[in-house]
Amino acid sequence: MTIHDFRGTVSTRGLTRSFKGRTVLRDVTLDIPRGQFVALLGESGSGKTTLLRALAGLDDDAESSGSYAVPQSVSVLFQDARLLPWLSVIDNLTLGLRHAQAVPEAQAMLEAVGIGDKAAAWPGTLSGGQKQRAALARSLLRGPDLLLADEPFGALDALTRLKMHALLFRLVERQRPTVILVTHDVDEALLLADRILVLRGGTIAEDHAVPLPHPRRTSHPDFERLRLRLLASLGVETDLI
Amino acid sequence: MNDMSPDRTILAPLGGDRPAPPRPVALTPGKLPRGMRLIGPLLVVVLWEAASRLGLLSPYTLAAPSTAVATGMAMIADGSLLPHLAASAGRAYAGLFLGVAAGLVLALTSGLTRTGEVLIDGLVQVKRAIPTLALIPLVILWLGIGEVMKIFLIFTAVLVPVYINTHAALRGIDIGHVELARTLGLTRSEFIRKVALPGALPGFFVSLRLAVTLCWTSLVVLELINTQTGIGYLMNRARDWGQTDIIVVGIFIYAALGLISDAVVRILEARALSWRRSIG
Repeated sequence: MTIHDFRGTVSTRGLTRSFKGRTVLRDVTLDIPRGQFVALLGESGSGKTTLLRALAGLDDDAESSGSYAVPQSVSVLFQDARLLPWLSVIDNLTLGLRHAQAVPEAQAMLEAVGIGDKAAAWPGTLSGGQKQRAALARSLLRGPDLLLADEPFGALDALTRLKMHALLFRLVERQRPTVILVTHDVDEALLLADRILVLRGGTIAEDHAVPLPHPRRTSHPDFERLRLRLLASLGVETDLI
Repeated sequence: MNDMSPDRTILAPLGGDRPAPPRPVALTPGKLPRGMRLIGPLLVVVLWEAASRLGLLSPYTLAAPSTAVATGMAMIADGSLLPHLAASAGRAYAGLFLGVAAGLVLALTSGLTRTGEVLIDGLVQVKRAIPTLALIPLVILWLGIGEVMKIFLIFTAVLVPVYINTHAALRGIDIGHVELARTLGLTRSEFIRKVALPGALPGFFVSLRLAVTLCWTSLVVLELINTQTGIGYLMNRARDWGQTDIIVVGIFIYAALGLISDAVVRILEARALSWRRSIG
């Protein structure tokens, strides 16, 4: 297994992972150019989270073969915001940062995600959306070349999720990291991603470019066409919706 | 909510002359108002006092609470109580301090390193299974019957709950927090200071609350052995002379010390874990 820097590009070659004899990821070969926003779609158990966690260097207990390469600087955004409850919001952001500018930069990042007034608050006092904003700020504060996001908005209510989509898109436009977003929300993938990969049974079953201009509208006919196609490949009977 | 909102004007007549819908049954007792939990102990004291005054309770069986309070006051006044209290407190808190420090160090070593766990955990579990009282004969042979023996036995008694709870808290650390620390590239020392230790702090405080009362519990027995000072000594001498009032004074002192120690630890806990109040 090799990890080396290609300035934001991500690649895997025959990546296979199994847990206790059960193969979850099967021979995944993939190239993602620098700055591309990729959404991983798939039903539960299709291997999308396993692929993301492999790229994040987690799951040491898995049996692996094949290789992958990711940039040096990787940030992970988890579904649960994973703020440490005993550190204030700003201390959570600067956790592990050692340079002198960390605190002012963290404050600026909190302003950017719209919770500049919460720097001194305990994470336990924040709403679900605010926690995920703080987690997003923590990820992007590190100026990553690759942002790995594992269903980051899955636990949020529908209205908050729409606001978070806009926020994520704006910040990613500003910093231009490569993004891999795991989601089961077809609309989310279509609103944000340049490219959508559909995983099925641990392999990449489909690879779609999303050539729609931003800002995207769900009412756009191309949007609707792609949406129906993706829902069909995820096994949803679209004529009933 | 605005009373003038259209929803309410439309909905209001519906409820008009109908009976109110049944409310779900309250399944848990509500929160107790402050100080209410003292009612039980106070009631016992009142009944006890009444039984003594009515002659139902002989002073040779049990002294009345008022007699014990008067005796206690008199002993404080003539200087025969405080030296014993100081002697006991010295032993209890020396043992407590050493036991907490050692328990903490062992728990950290065992909780954060594999070698530590291999060497330490089994030993402490074995010690846990042996009652402190069963060690007394051996420890007397090793350390004699003086102060060192008493402090050592309190130390070993206190060490166990401090180790068990702190170690369990360190082991039970949220795997999600560990993953986070790895993806943020924390060093091992940063991980211990910012993630592992704060995460184990609640478990440590639980153990501290057990320890502050345990050190006094062990003391009573130990003060039976070769000493002329201490609350335990006072109570045992009073037994020989049938002075139930002094025995009750001793019991009151233990109760008060237990409650005060627990309150002090709770205050420390509330300060150190102020973030917890935010989690409802």
